[in-house]
Amino acid sequence: MVNATASAHSAPKSARRPSSNLGDRIFALLCQTAGVFVLILLGALIIELFIAGLPAFRAFGVAFVTSTDWDPVREAFGAGVSIYGTIVTAVLAILLAVPLAFGVAFFLTELAPPWARRPLGTAIELLAAVPSIIYGMWGFFVIAPAFAQNIQPWIIENIGELPLIGFLFQGAPFGTGLFTAAFILAIMILPFIAATMRDVFDQVPPVFKESAYGLGATKWEVMKGVVLPYTRISVVGGIMLGLGRALGETMAVTFVIGNANRISTSLFGPGNTIASLVALEFGESEIGSLKLASLLALGFILFLLSFVVLATSRYLLRSRLKV
Amino acid sequence: MALSSMMSPGPRKDAAVAARLGAKRKRADIIIRTLCILATVIGLLLLASILATLFYRGIEAMSLRVFTHVTAPPGSEGGLLNAIVGSLIQSLLGTLIGTPIGMLVGTYLAEYAKDSWLGNAVRFVSDILLSAPSILIGLFVYQILVLPFGGFSGWAGVAALAIIVIPIVVRTTEDMLQLIPNTLREAVMGLGAPKWKMITLICWRSAIAGIVTGILLAVARVAGETAPLLFTSLGNNAWSTDLSKPMSSLPVTIYSFAGSPFEDWIALAWAGALIITLGVLALNIVARTLLRSRI
Repeated sequence: MVNATASAHSAPKSARRPSSNLGDRIFALLCQTAGVFVLILLGALIIELFIAGLPAFRAFGVAFVTSTDWDPVREAFGAGVSIYGTIVTAVLAILLAVPLAFGVAFFLTELAPPWARRPLGTAIELLAAVPSIIYGMWGFFVIAPAFAQNIQPWIIENIGELPLIGFLFQGAPFGTGLFTAAFILAIMILPFIAATMRDVFDQVPPVFKESAYGLGATKWEVMKGVVLPYTRISVVGGIMLGLGRALGETMAVTFVIGNANRISTSLFGPGNTIASLVALEFGESEIGSLKLASLLALGFILFLLSFVVLATSRYLLRSRLKV
Repeated sequence: MALSSMMSPGPRKDAAVAARLGAKRKRADIIIRTLCILATVIGLLLLASILATLFYRGIEAMSLRVFTHVTAPPGSEGGLLNAIVGSLIQSLLGTLIGTPIGMLVGTYLAEYAKDSWLGNAVRFVSDILLSAPSILIGLFVYQILVLPFGGFSGWAGVAALAIIVIPIVVRTTEDMLQLIPNTLREAVMGLGAPKWKMITLICWRSAIAGIVTGILLAVARVAGETAPLLFTSLGNNAWSTDLSKPMSSLPVTIYSFAGSPFEDWIALAWAGALIITLGVLALNIVARTLLRSRI
């Protein structure tokens, strides 16, 4: 009798348990499927771009990467100029953005009065929220004319004559060109780099900084001698993140880079980047043409470039952020 | 270097040398501080310059016509109605499709696969997608949805935007779920609730403010995306809400109008730029205050 009631009690329990297990299994499967879907998505993206660009790789071989041709009439296409433009603008943007971003991050973490930190930080972060097409318009209608009329003539006159680096700053002050594109890119990636730097600066244990202050160090000495050495790997990671963003930026660059398929030694000369070339020429390419395949092959190269940079950035940031 | 020489109190230390060193260190500190303030001021001035330009040129071009008329050839009375509606449809649908997938992936990473190799791979890939050039997502969707299905369509644009939404929602969902203390999970499990109920009824509910923040930021991000739409929904100068046909969007319309030689089109581009920036910045500010008020 006792046994019977026990089993009667346990029977519905065991009958209920499988159903909840079923719910668990379905939900876990759902989550895992979504995860695998994301993996497949990136895998498919790589494969699709490669397959679509294959005719161009076949037609031009490895020389596609270095060739500076872009001649739709002769059907001769090469990635040399746009790869050059992509790397030059992105690296120059980093050179311009890093000092600014460091200044902003140092100011926001150590120097600014506490009540001002959040609003100022938000304002800088809003720079990252402005759509890239807006940067393009602003760059084209405001920055480029200002560069052409005031800033570039001055630089050409004063720096263009210098030995060794002078050749970088010669030529006509068009306003648009590699330098302007890098300038706009620098503003666009500034908030990303500054935000990463601010986050990692904040993670330095206060005891470390206090010990240095206790020895009489100034704020700059604490930054230079304690905070920067402690965070340098993550800081480099943040810079790489900015670089990754700058490589693939499309709309802003398309507006201001001048869109010419030649390598000019002067930074004020026009050029193009992979992204700007694809955005401009895609609409004029016929389906199945070698030109379209070349553009997709360029996309594949851009993916490889940004993948390497972003993966490095993530590896560097991971070591610190996970602590 | 300066620190160590300061620290070693040599017996024959000259007071004048010490004073000079101290002054030098203070000077360096002040110079760097000034430069840092300058950097922040430059950043703020750039934002102010962008906003000032947008307001100055945008308000000039703003009129009721912008919201009531569709795009028209230069010289005739045109507005941006089809572009605004097209942007709303595509951004909202893209978010609607991308959000559930992103939430499930984020949940998988935070609740199921904290340290498994598959979890790490998914986390890595999602982070790459988060920062990958959006133009490549446009090319990808062109290859899989535009070419095989015979042409540009609103759906292709929606798909491209959904792919951009997914990693943003993944990141916020995972981060927010990780903030939930394990004691809460143990308490729910201790009551005999199955895991899926624990996640959906307790974890998601506790993290809702953060997740909604992520979704709002995702909407703000895709509303301003231009590059992926160039090859997917293309743009449409006529009124159309048919997602199987090319569809207009605000950023693509701004792009083609701003690059045109026609004064009235450029003016309309500024009006559109003002609308889109105000919308995106407002979403960002709402999202941030929402997160701050709840956590």
